[in-house]
Amino acid sequence: MAVRAQFENSNEVGVFARLTNSYAVVAVGASENFYSVFEAELQDIIPICHATIAGTRIVGRLTVGNKNGLLVPTTTTDQELQHLRNTLPDTVKIQRIEERLSALGNVICCNDHVAIVHPDLERETEEIIADTLGVEVFRQTVADNVLTGSYMALSNAGGIVHPKTSIRDQDELSSLLQVPLVAGSVNRGSPVVGAGMVVNDWLAVTGLDTTATELSVIESVFRLGEMAAPGAGGGPQKESIVESFY
Amino acid sequence: MSMDLDAPVPMSGMQQQDQPVTATILCCNCGAPIDGTTAAGALCQDCVRLSVDVSQGVQRESTLHFCRDCERWLQPPNSWLVAAPESKELLAICLRRLRGLSKVRIIDASFIWTEPHSRRVKVKLTIQQEAFQGTIIQQSFEVEYVVATQQCPDCQKSFTHHAWRASIQLRQKVPHKRTFLYLEQLILKHGAHKDTVNIKEAKDGLDFYFAKRNEAERMVEFLCSVAPCKVTKSHELISMDIHTSVAQYKHSFSIELIPICKDDLVALPIKLARQLGNISPLALCHRVGSSVNLIDPQTLQTCDVPTAVYWRSPFKSLADVTELKEFMVLDIEPVGQTNGRFYLAEATVARASDLGSNDTTYFTRTHLGGVLHVGDSVLGYHLTNTIFNDDNYDAIEASSQYGSTIPDVVLVKKHYARKKKPKNRAWRLKRMAREYEEEAAAAAASSAAPTRAQKQDADRLEADFEMFLRDVEEDQELRQTLDLYKTRKQADAMEEDSGSEDEAPKINMEELLDDFDELNMGGDE
Repeated sequence: MAVRAQFENSNEVGVFARLTNSYAVVAVGASENFYSVFEAELQDIIPICHATIAGTRIVGRLTVGNKNGLLVPTTTTDQELQHLRNTLPDTVKIQRIEERLSALGNVICCNDHVAIVHPDLERETEEIIADTLGVEVFRQTVADNVLTGSYMALSNAGGIVHPKTSIRDQDELSSLLQVPLVAGSVNRGSPVVGAGMVVNDWLAVTGLDTTATELSVIESVFRLGEMAAPGAGGGPQKESIVESFY
Repeated sequence: MSMDLDAPVPMSGMQQQDQPVTATILCCNCGAPIDGTTAAGALCQDCVRLSVDVSQGVQRESTLHFCRDCERWLQPPNSWLVAAPESKELLAICLRRLRGLSKVRIIDASFIWTEPHSRRVKVKLTIQQEAFQGTIIQQSFEVEYVVATQQCPDCQKSFTHHAWRASIQLRQKVPHKRTFLYLEQLILKHGAHKDTVNIKEAKDGLDFYFAKRNEAERMVEFLCSVAPCKVTKSHELISMDIHTSVAQYKHSFSIELIPICKDDLVALPIKLARQLGNISPLALCHRVGSSVNLIDPQTLQTCDVPTAVYWRSPFKSLADVTELKEFMVLDIEPVGQTNGRFYLAEATVARASDLGSNDTTYFTRTHLGGVLHVGDSVLGYHLTNTIFNDDNYDAIEASSQYGSTIPDVVLVKKHYARKKKPKNRAWRLKRMAREYEEEAAAAAASSAAPTRAQKQDADRLEADFEMFLRDVEEDQELRQTLDLYKTRKQADAMEEDSGSEDEAPKINMEELLDDFDELNMGGDE
């Protein structure tokens, strides 16, 4: 299902949280409202980690991860890293990356099988991504934007990309990712879909400004409506709606 | 990647046509399928139009300040511009009044017609602004201006007392106003009064007020070129800033006109007469230009008295036109001597009032030989039965050289029999708007019925004006220097004139001008 939330008057949910199929990382806020939204949906299913990265709250933009692992930038302190290791399940590999483009959430977009990364990312980083997250890595752009993590939100069921992405680019990305993609917006027309929302296979959290239309697009492309539990497949009628968008 | 919403190409039609191919996203507001690659901020065109207002920062109402007296518009902070209604100058003033217009691009601006009495000016504006990245929105809207009246500083000055910087006090110390009536016409013809702040009628003359000294200087130059003037300048210190050495003065030009008018009889001081070509000291003024022109009717000798020469030894007129008596020409014999338009003749005349009572006749020489015939009426000064109280005249009588040459009668001009008051003239003169002395104005305001003194003044003024009009009719030379206008009731006037027994000279219609100021809507009444 898809829910709306706000982090301290900001609609950019993807900035302050990182959601995967096996864990969630949520920034430490002044109030627990934002955390409560995640807790209400994910409690007793996956662990939710209160964390900061390099002393900041923009955990969603600085980290990237899937059910297999979590990558944190080189600025992450040892204490923070230790806290993450303690909180997250043992199956999740946590790796600190020496990468010049340290906002990993902005430059990398991944699900449990594939990652689309910034074309200028270092070769070593690419290898670490492939090893740690267990994904196939592609250097690609989204609607001529190099910040793939910002302009794309991805789950194992589908993906949403920048609204200005052409049909040809969507087809190309879709064939790389092997999931249906759709162009769309969040937070009442914002094109930064990656930063405006977080999504895993059964839950999407978007900003409070997101319109019903946007939410319905999100629910249909990520096949959230018909899923009661993780791992369930989407119905054929949903697929047809998604198909009509591209 | 820009999108012009009001472009002539119908975008919606195009969309419908290619919808299955190009629609990639749903409008985030209404859910309509649109082409995401060209859409503005994931919004469809209708939603953009509904939700985005690029004219938000622009005022929709404003005020224009207009000076009713000089019909100029205020251009803030402090300049006043002349602009016709619906002109591009006014449009510029209107657009500059709007705050927030600098942030947008103006595509078009035009006036929407409004009734002038509504005191509203409406302007239709079309502006463009970038609403989202790469999306330019064009929008049209109306701005309404309220026209507020505000007196401009120049007009404020002209309506305030002592707002003038220079004044001209024009005086002629004679008991009638004919010279000023003539000067008024000259000033009107040359438009010399255009710069005046105010014109006031004072005793024995006129006062002109100016906002600037050089305007007054120009007027003084003009007056000196048309009348025999003596100019005295003076100035009064109003304020002075000792730090910047800036001083404010009020300048006054006192102009005195020589108190000799046309057709006046003058007795020159004998010494002066000798200097002026040894003319006979008893002379007639036949013309006043920038100097006084005298003629001796006995010999047709003429002389010119320049202003400077006059003021060195001033003399008064011996007799003026009010003392002219009517004579009848009994006999006239040209002598043969001529000087310009003057023909010397020997005439025998009798007082018109004497005819039938006695047979007294007078023999005199006259310069009017060209216009007088036996039986004509003629106006002249009757010297034999007049006692003049004038030193110069006494000196002439006492002088051995001139004492015996004093004639009995000096003929001045031909007399035309007229009706008492010819009401219908086919021509008229323009008058200048002026302010009478404040006391007179106050008195008129306090009592509705005019006092006897005021009535006398008014009668005298009317008589002077009538005399001036007759002069204009009779003297072609004078007429050429003036602008005469056709009266509106011309046809009626002509009919009456043809039926009357008036032998006064008529003015040709070709000499008259059409008055374009009067060609207005009410003119046919």
